[in-house]
Parts: sequence; C-alpha cells; structure tokens
Amino acid sequence: MTEELAIETQDLTKNYDGVTVVDHLNFHVRENEVFGLLGPNGAGKTTTILMLLGLTEPASGMARVCGFNPTREPLKVKRIVGYLPEEVGFYDNLTARENLKFIAELNNVDKAEIERRIDEVLEMVDLSDEKNVATGKFSRGMRQRLGIADVLIKQPKLIILDEPTSGLDPKGINQLLDLIANLPKMGTTVLLSSHQLYQVQRVCHNIGILSKGRMVIEGSIAELGRQALAGGRYLIEVETAEPKAELIDVLKKIKGVEKVETEGNLIKISTDSDLRSQISKAVVDSNAPLVQMKVHEFSLDDIYMKYFKEE
Amino acid sequence: MVAIVRKELADYFTSIRFFVLFLLVLLASAAGLYAAYQGVRSALLETGAVTGRGFVFLTLFTSSGEVIPALIFFIAIFVPIIGIALGFDAINSERSGGTLSRLLSQPVYRDSVINGKFLAGIVTLAVMVTTTVLLVSGYGLRMIGVPPTAEEIIRLFIYLVLTIVYGAFWMGLAILFSVVFRRIAASLLVSIAIWLFFAFFMSMIAPALANAVVPVSDTSTEAVLIQNAELQQTLSRISPNVLFDEATTVLLSPVVRSLGIITYSQAIYMIPNPVSLGQSLLLIWPHLSILVSLSVVCFAISYVLFMRQEIRAT
Repeated sequence: MTEELAIETQDLTKNYDGVTVVDHLNFHVRENEVFGLLGPNGAGKTTTILMLLGLTEPASGMARVCGFNPTREPLKVKRIVGYLPEEVGFYDNLTARENLKFIAELNNVDKAEIERRIDEVLEMVDLSDEKNVATGKFSRGMRQRLGIADVLIKQPKLIILDEPTSGLDPKGINQLLDLIANLPKMGTTVLLSSHQLYQVQRVCHNIGILSKGRMVIEGSIAELGRQALAGGRYLIEVETAEPKAELIDVLKKIKGVEKVETEGNLIKISTDSDLRSQISKAVVDSNAPLVQMKVHEFSLDDIYMKYFKEE
Repeated sequence: MVAIVRKELADYFTSIRFFVLFLLVLLASAAGLYAAYQGVRSALLETGAVTGRGFVFLTLFTSSGEVIPALIFFIAIFVPIIGIALGFDAINSERSGGTLSRLLSQPVYRDSVINGKFLAGIVTLAVMVTTTVLLVSGYGLRMIGVPPTAEEIIRLFIYLVLTIVYGAFWMGLAILFSVVFRRIAASLLVSIAIWLFFAFFMSMIAPALANAVVPVSDTSTEAVLIQNAELQQTLSRISPNVLFDEATTVLLSPVVRSLGIITYSQAIYMIPNPVSLGQSLLLIWPHLSILVSLSVVCFAISYVLFMRQEIRAT
C-alpha cells in the first residue's frame, strides 16, 4: 500500500454484559485526513475510540493506530495520539497553565520547552488571556477549547475528538471547526466522532457511519450520497417553463434513464450515469424553455436519514 | 509517576481539607500537651519514673489530665479520620470530574495513577503525624525539662511508623471504596461507617458475643472466666483500632509486659519495672505485622480493581 494508514481495524469487537456494542468493525483512516465517525447515540462510537486508545480491551479483532497495536503497546499509542473525551474535565482548582503543564509533564516534554508550548497552544485556541485563571471558572466553550489545547500540547500525530462541539454556541462551533480543518496541514490526522451532521460535512474528508456497532457505510461524502440515495445513480433535476408530455416520453427513451417524475415544472430524472448533456439536448430539441438544470448534491442529512429510516 | 505524585502533593497541601485537618491536629496536640501538663506529675509518681527507673519523656504522650485525655488518644482518633479524608475521593473524583479518561490517555501506566495517589497520601500523612510528634516533643521538653533517652527516641520513632502505617490502612480502605463506588458521598459514608463500627461498636459487640458463646455467672470457675475474657479479647482484636491501641500502649508505656489476661495470683509476683525495647517489640510484633498486612491488602485490592475497571465516564 502506498498510502500510510493512521488507523486500521480488523473485525474489532466488544461486548458489555453480553451486549455486542462494537460488532466486527472494519475501517481505516488515512494519514492527514479528517475522518468523521458518525452514528446515533449508543452506536459504539466512544467504545471504538476507547479501544483505539487501549483504554478498553477488544473482545476480539485487532486495531492498529499509527502502526502500533493499542492493546499490546498502549503507551506507544498514547504518546502519539491526543484524545479529547466527550465530557472533558480539568482540575478545577488549577489554572489553565497548570493543567496544561501537568499533561506536558506526563508526556515528558522538555522543561524548557513546556512554557513555550503552553503559550503556543493557548494562542492557537485563543485563550492566552485566561492563562492564569482557574479552570473552574471557565465556560463550557472555553473548557472545550482548552481541551483542544490540552490535546495539541503533546504534538500528536493523530487526534481523536469525541463529540467536540456538543454544548457549544454557534460561534464556538465555528472557531472549533476552523481549528480542526487546519490540523491536517500541520501533519495531524483527525478522527472526529459526532452526530452533528452539518459539522462533520464541513470539515471531514471521509466519513463512516456506525450503527449498532457496525460500519454501515464508509467513504467520501459525495460518493456516499450517490450510493445511498440512488443506489449508485444520479439524480438530475430539470426545470422548464412549461413541461410537455412529449418531453417526458423523449427523456424516458434516453439510454440509461431509469425513472422520470414530474413535480409541477420540475422534472426529476434518475439515471445510472451523468447524462446531463443528452438530457439538455432533449429538452432544447423539444423547444421547452429551460429554466435550470442541476445534479442533485447530497447532503449528509439525506444519507444519514436514508440509513436510519431503514431500521 | 513523579509528575503525578508532585501534582497530588501540591493538591493536598493547597486544599482546604488539608488546612482544616492540620488545624485539628494542632488543636489536638495542644490539648494533649495541656493534658500532660496537668497529669504528668501524678503519672510519674505512679509509675515510679521519678526514681530514675522509668521513662519520663514518654509520659508526655500517655498521661491524661483531669478531663482531657492523653495525646495518644487524640492521635488514635484523628489518624483514621485523616487517612479517610485523604483517600475517600482519590479515584471517583477523577472519574466524576472527567479527568480520569484524560489522565489515562496520556502515556502513563495506569498503576502510576493509583500508586502516585497512595504515595502522595502517605507523604501527607507522614508530614502531619511527624509534625504533631515533633511539636509535642519540643514543647514538652520545654515544659518538663527532661530530655528523652536514646531508647525513648527509638520508641517514639517506632510509634511514628506505626501511626503512619495505621493511617495508611484507613487511607487504603478509603481509596478502595473510591474505586468501588462511583459516588463520592458513598465512598465517604462507607469509610466512616466502618471506622465508627470498629471504634465504638466493636467494644460493645465483643463482650456480648463472648458472653453468648461462653456464659459466665457469679458461680463460674476461674477457668471459665479466663476463657470468656480471652474470647472477648480475641474478638475485639479483629478491630484494627484495638490493635493500634494495644501496640501504642506497649510501645509508649514500657511497664506493660503482657497484653493477655493476668490473674491476681500472677500479678503479685510481677516486678513493676519497665521491660526492654526488644521485649516490648516482641509483644506487639503480631499487631505490627497485621496492621502492615491490612494496609497492603487494602491497597492491593484497590490496585487490582482499578486496573481492571472500565474507564467509560458513564
């Protein structure tokens, strides 16, 4: 394989009290990408993450994180992976700086280097002014940003974020997403677990949807949309000023067109490949004034709803 | 692990909890000293220490005043409380604060976390107990003007170690409950309940049980009476508090030569002089080893449970 994989799992399985939470999970995350792990609550996202970090032992199967097996070599994994838990906690009696210093010390960061790094990461998350404030006084958004600083201070190769945007206001979410989107440029891979579809869509290169411990679908958002919604087909919408019955017949006869539906002035055409040029020609030939035509872009919501409606 | 111990120590020493406990300890030392001030003269006359055969300096710790009990009594009460206060939220506060998963996702061995906490707790405990003993020694020396002999210093040192081990047992127990119970209130209450049971109820239950097993009446023979008393003693020795009290008495009152039952016919032949350090130690060797092993067992169980516990926040 030419591409390096940051995360790779093989039949990863975990049971809690006889219930299979993660069920033969297979997925991979390439280096320097943002991968979104999606799924409803209880789908096994957090358990998967804990197994990737070596905080929980898998019942069977195997994971590899940056080339290490987290079950066998947890310390090597923890040295290069930064993890932001869903409910991030700080020692409330300590200041932001002291909290970060403690984590830096646990990571054996050089003494001379610690202060410089603290300033650097606090600058990145815009908390420089609150450096000496006890974290007990921090707001939810500030804690979350401090959590990111806390993860960045060990300069990890891979960052795992578990629901990082929950409880944040829209401004906070935007700041956080911008920060996340910039991480791959610095040579950091990000695994983002969330059920906030819009946010995942904004920053993730690839996504995987978990349901009942299984990966139901995995790939890039554009690819998934087509797979999920049209079964590998395209959905092309054509709007004309006055739709004519003969146009519908002509469209139906084009090779590759599977289904044509009308909705007022709108014609929805399902095809098995990109037939825009043939369709536009047919519309123009029929003398119907063409208002607009577009290939339907799938949002993650559509994909998501499609998968969870089926259950 | 050094970083964890350092952070825990800093936490302990800057916490309000520590401040309050230290204040209590200082008050107890002052009260103990006052008790000694009132009672040391009569205690010395009683034991015959004034004639040069006894231990004057140790009497500072063991003599009680008119109403105020002796310093060792205060220490016996406070050390378990300090131990519990230092340990009861060791693990579950990290869990409920959400810092446990953050801490454990750092490159540290999981046992460093619990080891570091235990170690930092013992250091804190040692600082408190040593301060008390040194303070009382210093002021006591000023008060009575008799310096301790070499043997008294050794006895005091062993007492200090014994007290720290005893405190470590209660801290180990509290840490164990902080691993078992997710809620901080639960671990605190259970620790205190166990302490109360051993401190107060055990002394009521032991005689009742002994009387039920070996009933005694006015007409009972000497053998039956001894059997009853011995059973009572054995039962009460289940309590670590009793073990600590007995060990303290033997260490700091060298005239005590036996912890068993002494009949009157035996007692009249006893010479009321102090026994040597070696003999005293021989007498409390089982006590010492049981207290050490109890601490180790408590810590070991919490260690194993913690190592196997799931880290999930919920």
